[in-house]
Order: sequence, then C-alpha cells, then structure tokens
Amino acid sequence: MANLLTIQDLQVRVGTNLLLDGINLQIQEEETVILFGPNGSGKTSLLMAIMGMPDYVIDRGTIHFRDRNITNLPPYERARLGIGMSFQRPPTIHGLTLRHLVELCGREREVQQTEALAGRLNMEGLLDRDVNAAFSGGEIKRSELLQLMAQNPSLLLFDEPESGVDLENMALIGASLHDMLQGGGGNRVSGLIITHTGHILDYIDSDRGLVLYEGRLCSHGDPRRILAYIRQYGYSQGVAQLMDQEESHG
Amino acid sequence: MDELDLSPFDFRVPGGPASMAPHQLPQEERKRLLMAGFDASEKQRSGTFMHLDQSRAYCHSSHPDVELLDIKEALDRYNGLPDYFWQLIEPHQDPFTRLVAERLQGGYFIRIAAGAKIQDPVQSCLFIQGEQVGQAIHNIIIVEEGAEAHIITGCATATQERVGAHIGVSEFYIRKGGRLTYTMIHNWGEQVDVRARSRCVVEEGGLFESNYILLRPVKSLQMYPTIDLSGAGAVSRSNSIILAPPGCLVDCGTRMNLNGPHTKGEIISRAISTGGTLFARGHIRGNTVPCRGHLECKGLILGDGSIHAIPELEGCVEGVELSHEAAVGKIAQEEIEYLMARGLDEDEATAVIVQGFLNVDIMGLPPRLKAALDQVIEECRRNML
Repeated sequence: MANLLTIQDLQVRVGTNLLLDGINLQIQEEETVILFGPNGSGKTSLLMAIMGMPDYVIDRGTIHFRDRNITNLPPYERARLGIGMSFQRPPTIHGLTLRHLVELCGREREVQQTEALAGRLNMEGLLDRDVNAAFSGGEIKRSELLQLMAQNPSLLLFDEPESGVDLENMALIGASLHDMLQGGGGNRVSGLIITHTGHILDYIDSDRGLVLYEGRLCSHGDPRRILAYIRQYGYSQGVAQLMDQEESHG
Repeated sequence: MDELDLSPFDFRVPGGPASMAPHQLPQEERKRLLMAGFDASEKQRSGTFMHLDQSRAYCHSSHPDVELLDIKEALDRYNGLPDYFWQLIEPHQDPFTRLVAERLQGGYFIRIAAGAKIQDPVQSCLFIQGEQVGQAIHNIIIVEEGAEAHIITGCATATQERVGAHIGVSEFYIRKGGRLTYTMIHNWGEQVDVRARSRCVVEEGGLFESNYILLRPVKSLQMYPTIDLSGAGAVSRSNSIILAPPGCLVDCGTRMNLNGPHTKGEIISRAISTGGTLFARGHIRGNTVPCRGHLECKGLILGDGSIHAIPELEGCVEGVELSHEAAVGKIAQEEIEYLMARGLDEDEATAVIVQGFLNVDIMGLPPRLKAALDQVIEECRRNML
C-alpha cells in the first residue's frame, strides 16, 4: 500500500510554546492508526498541524499528502485534497445552519444527500439549528461526523470520538465512523484517531497504535495491547515497557 | 442628530388624494419597493397603503376586518381620534414631532377588528419619488382585543440618488390579547435623512413583535422607539438588522418599559458597519415584578466603520430579571478557520459568517419577502467583501 501521509522530523509550536518535536509518521492508504497520549502530550496539536490550522506553526520538517508537499498549504487546500478533521471543541456559528454547512462541505456533491446522511446519524432534527448552538457532547460529535461524511475525505483526523458522549451516542458514532473508514462513502478511508479511553476500539478496526509522549511519538503496535499497558502501568511506565519490548523484538 | 437642517426640503401640505395605484408605478420603482417588502401587485396582502412624496395616499383594504384609511380621513371620520392621536407621543417633544404636528401630510390609520385573525400581511409604503421631498407622516395602528395581524412597512426612494427627508411619527395600540408583528424595511437612498418617533403600548396578554431591517445606505437615520408593556403578561420582541456602509450615520435602538407583572421583553440587534457610523442602543426598564428582559446587541466592524453599542438595563424594584449581552468586534478567527478546515477559503468563510449574521430567519417573514431580502443580503454581502 502506498503512503497517504508522510510526516518527517516535524517541529510545531503555538506562539513560543514548542508542542511537537522530531515527529515522524506515515499513514498508508486504507490504514487506521490510533493515537494515544496523556493530556497535554500534543495529540490535538499534531492533528491541527496536519490540518494546517494557522496557530500551529511548523518550524521544521515536512508533511506530504499523496506525494505532495502540503507543509505550507492553508487548511482549505488540504481539505480539498482530501484531509478532513473532526474538532473536539468546534465554535458555534450563529446564523449558519448545520444544513447549510453540510451542503458547503459537500461542495459539488448532490445536495439531496444531506437529509439521507443526517438520517444515518439521527441528525434530521438538528439540521436547521445553528451550527453547534447549544449542541450536547454527542450532538457535536455527530455534527462533526455528518460534515465529514459530506466532505468525504481520504484521510480522517478524529479528535477523541468518545469525549463527552453517552453510551447510546457512542454506539451510533462508533458504527458510523467504522462505516466511513470501511468505505461506506465510496472508497476506504484512512484514519488517525485520538483516544483517551480506548472505547472507540470496540467499534472500529484499527491497524496500528501510537503513543505521543512528551512531544514525541514513541511506540507503535497493536492498539489494544498499548491500551492494556497504559491501563496497567500508566503512561510513563507503560510506554517505557512497550519500547523495551519493541527493542528486544528487534 | 437633532440639528438636522430641514430648510432644504419641501414639506408642502397638499390637497386631494394620490391618483396612482401601486401597480401603475414604473417597473424599476416597483422593484425598489419589493426590496422594501412592498408588493405592488397586492397579491397575498390583506390591505395596501401607499403614500407618495407629500401627497395623500392610495388606500385599499381587501379584508373586512382591516380598516385602512389615510390618517387625515381617519381624523375627519373619528372626530380627531381623541383616544389615539398624539396620545403616546408629545407633539412638542422635539423639532421633528413639532414639524409633523404642524405640517401633517398623511400617514396610515390601520385598525384590526376585535378577534380578527388576519392571515395575509397588511402592507404600506412611504415612497419618495421627487427631488428635495420632505415627508411629514403620522401613523396610527390599533390591534383590537384578541386580534392578530402582520403589518409590513416599506420605505423607499425611487432611485438611490434622490435627496429627501422623512419625518415619521407612529403610535401603536395593542389591546388585550392582541398580537401584532410589525416589519419595517428601509430602502432609502444615500441622500435621505430619516427621523422616526414611535411608541407602542401593549395591554394584558398582548404581543408586539417588531422587525426592523436596514440594509441599504441612508444619509442619516435616527429612531429609538419605546414599547410600553403595560398589561399583565404582555410580551414584546424586537429584532433588528442594520448595515451602515461608508457615509451613513445610523442611530437606532429600542426601549422597553416592563410596567405590568409577568411581562417579557427581548431586544435583539445585529449591526454591521462597513465604514459608516452606527449607534446601537437598547434600554429595558423593569418597573414591576415579576418581569423579565433580555437585550442582545452584536456588532461587526468590517473596514473603517465604527459601532457604539449602548445597552442599558434599569431595574426599579427588587426581583426584576434583566440581562444583556453585547459584543462589538470582528469576525471570530476561530469561526473562519473552522470553515477553512471544511474546504472554504478565507473569503468564502467570511461571506458565510456575514450572511449568517444578517440572517432574517428569526423574523418569520412571508416567503416572497424572505426571498427578496435574501437577494438584498446577498448583494450586500458581495459589496462588502
């Protein structure tokens, strides 16, 4: 499988705060990668940098998407190339309905899809509300997912699908995310998914797990195994043990 | 703004009625009126009133429960309307009310019969066709007990370049349980000065919903209508959307007095300056308990304009519940970037947010009017970006 995303030696800061350093990461076509890490480790920053959000300044390194250097491209060009991101705390936009935004996300795609897509996420009742205005945690996630379904990206960046979501919503979000990754929208989609709790692993097939610890990507392997170590030993020891094992396995 | 020199304008007081019906206006003028919410075809309207320049007006009611007269005719017919005429506004309040008192040209008298539920809106327009026209207008609106209606008032000039002045006094009476939606759309020109003096009294269980839309340039405009919620449980909502392009001076707001128990007042204004000077006022005074009032004033400055938001809350007894939010600034960068992550470039994202800011959906307008306004908003949006 060809590399869809290639990050080399990436250094990212916001203002004067260095958030990520020496990040190397490849994601292949149709691959789903799970990203673990404690609070403040830089997981969201990595997603923001891949999306090209202007506050996240890249001082060193490169990001390639399908062989194209996108390191200096604005977010909308990255979105149009096929990168889509679900935000954890998206802003409320008064006067802009979710319906209109979903139509905008679809760009040239058929408008009538909006109702059908919303139906799959039980979002019909929210389509005519202002985007994120008094949305619950679960509604925000479903709204983000709905926009991404319309956008139909090749690489999906999802920041904590389970945060602020009750069990019922989790099942719906998990199933929809699974469906999207499996190619429900046409082609199979690659994913880089942040999780704290690991609940999302019950719903999606993931290929690989990574731990972002103290600004660096440290370990990669079976996400369930990584999760088990983190649960048992905490981040600092768990990561150390995983790395020891990887070294001993050569 | 009291210093407006009225001497260049012709405030003549004319004789007989206007001979022209709205559909006889030239197409271009009908189009300008449509953009002010006035449909010259009179389709789906319960009544139509038109006042041209200084002359007396075209009046036509198509519903037996809608009484629609020129104010002078109403004064003749009802012995000077002693219960209504100059009962809410003091004729010597300022130079503009004085002018209307001394040189009354016309205006509408609209009365909705008790218990009548009028489905289609009643429409009126105050139209300046000539040059240097000065209009001195007095309107009276009465919604009798339990009646319901929607009145649309469009104000316009025949072309964008006309020089004129419009001085208007309006008195509204919403009787017990009456409900009125009043939508005013201004489509004046860049050389028109406007001073409006309005007051509305809402009796027990009544509702007054006011929508005000100013999206076209005007030279100067000042109004600060007062709504007295006098009866128990009276409710009022005031929504306004104001755009001030370069050269415009707009001083506009709504004042509500919560005088009766269980009254509720809400004032929501959205203001954009793209170069003009804009004062966005709001004042809610809680005089009794329980009562609730909320004031929301949002302003966007795009370009070199200025917005001075003056939200005031005045609680006069213990237990009133009054709140306000006011914000003046630029479009939140976070919102633009969020939309950029969805594939919109910066200009597209800005346009979408501005369009949302000027959204009139909250006003619940008839579809044709909504469509016309959407077109105006789209034009404004294109011009400002």
